[in-house]
Amino acid sequence: MLYREAGQFKSTYAEDQQIFPIRQDRIAVAVLLAVAFVVVPLFANQYWLSAILIPFLIFSLAALGLNILTGYAGQLSLGTSAFMAVGAFMAYNFVLRMPWLGIIPSFVLAGLCAAAVGIVFGLPSLRIKGFYLAVATLACQFFVLWALQRIGWFMNYSPSGVIAAQKIVILGYAFDSPASKYMITVTIVAVMALLAKNLVRSETGRAFMAVRDMDVAASVIGIPMMKTKLLAFAISSFYCGVAGALYVFCYLGTVEPEAFTLDLSFRILFMIIIGGVGSILGSFLGAAFITLLPIFLSVASGAFSHATGMEPSHALLSNLELIIFGGLIIFFLIVEPHGLARLWQIAKEKLRLWPFPH
Amino acid sequence: MNVAFFFEVLIGGLLAGVMYSLVAIGFVLIYKASGVFNFAQGAMVFFAALTFVSLVERGVNFWIALVITLAVMVVLGMAIEKVVLRPLVNQPPITLFMATIGLTFVLEGLSQLVWGSQPHALELGIPDVPMEWLVQSTGIVISQTDLFAAGIAGVLVASLALFFQYTRIGRALRAVADDHQAALAVGIPLKNIWAIVWAVAGFVALVAGLMWGARNGVQFALTFIALKALPVLILGGFESIPGAIIGGLIIGASEKLAEVYFGPMVGGGIESWFAYVIALLFLLVRPQGLFGEKIIDRV
Repeated sequence: MLYREAGQFKSTYAEDQQIFPIRQDRIAVAVLLAVAFVVVPLFANQYWLSAILIPFLIFSLAALGLNILTGYAGQLSLGTSAFMAVGAFMAYNFVLRMPWLGIIPSFVLAGLCAAAVGIVFGLPSLRIKGFYLAVATLACQFFVLWALQRIGWFMNYSPSGVIAAQKIVILGYAFDSPASKYMITVTIVAVMALLAKNLVRSETGRAFMAVRDMDVAASVIGIPMMKTKLLAFAISSFYCGVAGALYVFCYLGTVEPEAFTLDLSFRILFMIIIGGVGSILGSFLGAAFITLLPIFLSVASGAFSHATGMEPSHALLSNLELIIFGGLIIFFLIVEPHGLARLWQIAKEKLRLWPFPH
Repeated sequence: MNVAFFFEVLIGGLLAGVMYSLVAIGFVLIYKASGVFNFAQGAMVFFAALTFVSLVERGVNFWIALVITLAVMVVLGMAIEKVVLRPLVNQPPITLFMATIGLTFVLEGLSQLVWGSQPHALELGIPDVPMEWLVQSTGIVISQTDLFAAGIAGVLVASLALFFQYTRIGRALRAVADDHQAALAVGIPLKNIWAIVWAVAGFVALVAGLMWGARNGVQFALTFIALKALPVLILGGFESIPGAIIGGLIIGASEKLAEVYFGPMVGGGIESWFAYVIALLFLLVRPQGLFGEKIIDRV
């Protein structure tokens, strides 16, 4: 009843190929965008904006990048946070050394630098695949962090090893309140998500999926293996690089190379696994889940100690959080290996028939 | 260049490589038998070492503590097989891999929850001092602990080889490693075999944990040795125990030599990634690793 595509006829190719062919989807996306751009900045308080929504959006972007590489092109990568680090530090340097460039072009250039690093570390994918490749991408993780720490230029020879992101100024307007930073983040994320949605249904995206599903068959039907794989690494790293730049400029403010650990890479990998591998929506759902889980756990433990009067120690809490986090991931993998996006699909199937079961 | 110094670095590197191999063997065992890339091996090493050292500190006799820890590891291995892996049978390998990362978090949290997170020192009764006679005759300084660890690793590998070669269970394990379906067809109970493999991997984790603990102390950093073992794995091949040993030796030696002779040129601290770069360069020549099964479907 609510979600029925019957009766929506397409009479032109343009209509048939539009990005959201079903009317209900178009309405849903429009409502979502209206909420994200109008309602949230008006009503959300500072805590929600700067502690939950901004990191959620940034991680969604990084997860989107990893999903393009792992979910669509089938190349498992454990170096996501290294690409984010490249983006973050290069954005800092572009703004520092070429202030006339402006923030947004600096972010784009930083993303391109991350893409270049991604291409270099994507080269092994031409020879190896699967877990061998995953371990090989760890090389990127460790090498990039080492280079950022050892080569002083990247951090502008900061004696403390910490960089402070510059103020975001676009056309003379300083974006320094949480709401304005949120606006920048949500705009960039929305634009890039739209681009990704279009990418995966383009020729390039279909080539990615062909490589993922069977690389031998893909090369037999004439998909250039080298170009496709390296392009997947480049686009994915570009997304991660922009996410890294946003991570520093809109969320953390100050950062050191150690912030981009292997742990962060794993977190982003979890996001796409829990959200759904090979799904744009899944990247957002997974990012929401992983961002909200620690907050939910700390709220729950606060309520617990309030209710029982016991004050659990910090070490106990952090260990419990590790156990619950890991346990939930295993649980999710067992119960729904295709992720939250699959649950949404099932819900749509149900809605299509509702309220009549046949 | 000082020849004695060169040999000292080389031998030190080889001995460190043996330690990497100890961890890598745990990965190989599980990968061979079940095709699971067990990222939790490092956490298992940490868990085993922490359990053992905490028992000893509470006044339990050394050997009894060893037996208890071994029992705990065997039970843990079986529990992992039952709770985590069995429901995930027939899922793609990446899902299983992710599950073991989740398992890593659980084990890290669990071991610190039970035993606390302060670092411990582990005494195995072998003083960490250079061997006198070697220093006097050649001037090369080699730690007794390292040599002892190498000896233990040798015994471990030999006993594993005997176990795999001559026992009924060992033969079943090799059959499963070769071909799951054929093994099932001739009546080998796959589930039991996986439980056994995880238990054996738990045992290997215990040995590795004791050796690493004696060397660096039992602390949280022990979980990171899994990351040291990964380049050994891609160098030696995921399916090969000899590969893990030889890979470990190559990585250990070249890492130490590079750190001493090449490190100062670029500012030092290169051991975090150098092993990976060696392994990567090597893979460009031989994508299946030193002893890995030949994959023909290269594109």
